[in-house]
Amino acid sequence: MKRIVRSTLQTAANLVFFAIIGTAILAATHELTHEVIERTIEAEKLKLISQILPASDYDNDIMQDERCIEADTLLGTTSQTVAHVARRNGEAVAVVLEAIAPDGYSGKITLIMAIRANGELAGVRVVSHKETPGLGDYIDIAKNPWINVFVGKSRSVWGDAEWRVKKDGGQFEHMAGATITPRAVVKAVNRALLYFAQHREPLFAQNTAATDTGGHP
Amino acid sequence: MNATEFREIAHNGLWKQNPGLVQLLGLCPLLAISNSLVNAVSLGLATTLVMTLSSASIAPVRSYVPNEIRIPVFVLIIAVLVTVVQYLMNAYMYGLYVVLGIFIPLIVTNCIVLARAESFASKNPPLASALDGFMMGLGLTAVLAVLGGVRELIGKGTLLSGIDLALGEGAKDWVIHVIPDYHGFLLAILPPGAFIGLGLLIAGKNWLNLRAEAKVRNKPATTTMVGEAAQG
Repeated sequence: MKRIVRSTLQTAANLVFFAIIGTAILAATHELTHEVIERTIEAEKLKLISQILPASDYDNDIMQDERCIEADTLLGTTSQTVAHVARRNGEAVAVVLEAIAPDGYSGKITLIMAIRANGELAGVRVVSHKETPGLGDYIDIAKNPWINVFVGKSRSVWGDAEWRVKKDGGQFEHMAGATITPRAVVKAVNRALLYFAQHREPLFAQNTAATDTGGHP
Repeated sequence: MNATEFREIAHNGLWKQNPGLVQLLGLCPLLAISNSLVNAVSLGLATTLVMTLSSASIAPVRSYVPNEIRIPVFVLIIAVLVTVVQYLMNAYMYGLYVVLGIFIPLIVTNCIVLARAESFASKNPPLASALDGFMMGLGLTAVLAVLGGVRELIGKGTLLSGIDLALGEGAKDWVIHVIPDYHGFLLAILPPGAFIGLGLLIAGKNWLNLRAEAKVRNKPATTTMVGEAAQG
């Protein structure tokens, strides 16, 4: 019995030893890379934002002017997201929001969009999707400029009936044979605009809680 | 390690025991990520790096690891290395990191990595083990490259699309449009294309093997063997 306990303890100690070394290596790598990773992610996001909102439209540090947004059914989000506010001379001119279209042809379509203070869309981009290559993937700017149909659109002229693809009696063009994908995107953008209309004030409020905006997810 | 050993390990990894065509281990990433040449080679090289490092680090500690816990320890070492590679790719090759996505962390579960650790690195000296991991990885990368290249060519009519993600914006012009105004052949890009492509590659390798075997024997046998292999 004593021998079994002894050998078990020895084996366990051995495993713990390897686990400690492994953890140390990972901690060191994290320490070495996390700053670069944060900077890269921020630069990539800024690059994406510059596609949907011209940098000349605002003069603040848009990456710093951020606020956390709780999960919301209108945005289709299931966890916290980060919104960025663009200001010019201190006045809010646009907000960059993330939204998810949960009903794509094969799963979620993640979108990022810039909405101007007057409720007009400055631009929309698909961040990630799993739509069929060559069929539903024309929502991706790398494949097709379709996504630009949203530029300048708002809910002030068109109501819910118009915020649909043409096949459903709405105003949005789409390609024959792939309706589900654009339908999901149009619906998600429309809902996000609705969210914006309902949450305009808190979104544009000066960021008082700037001390802790939370880490990147 | 002498030259004969070296040649045998290299031959095993690249051809005789090729992970993608003979051992058929780690097919999940092989099938999922081989829809373009750049994706396929990138994941192949990441896997090669992990396999070389894991074999090289498992071999020196093999005598200190009790037999009962060798699998957990091997998995631990592999997981650590994969996470290090993931951190590095996230920091320095962000575009590729996003494209390969979940398949980078999934290298941990790629059974070819553990298989080489268990069947080779746990019984051989470090240098030979590192070489084995490297050659096995290269063998896998070669299969991925052929499969990715063929699928991209048939599916999209291009080669090297997305190279800018791996090597930066400057490489954007490297994309070769082999067939201009090609409308694409969806089947090749989707998962079935991967299965069909891999099946043809395996058939091709078996055919070459049989032909080589037949050559050793007499001539009339050659024709019948080739005929059978083509059907099989």
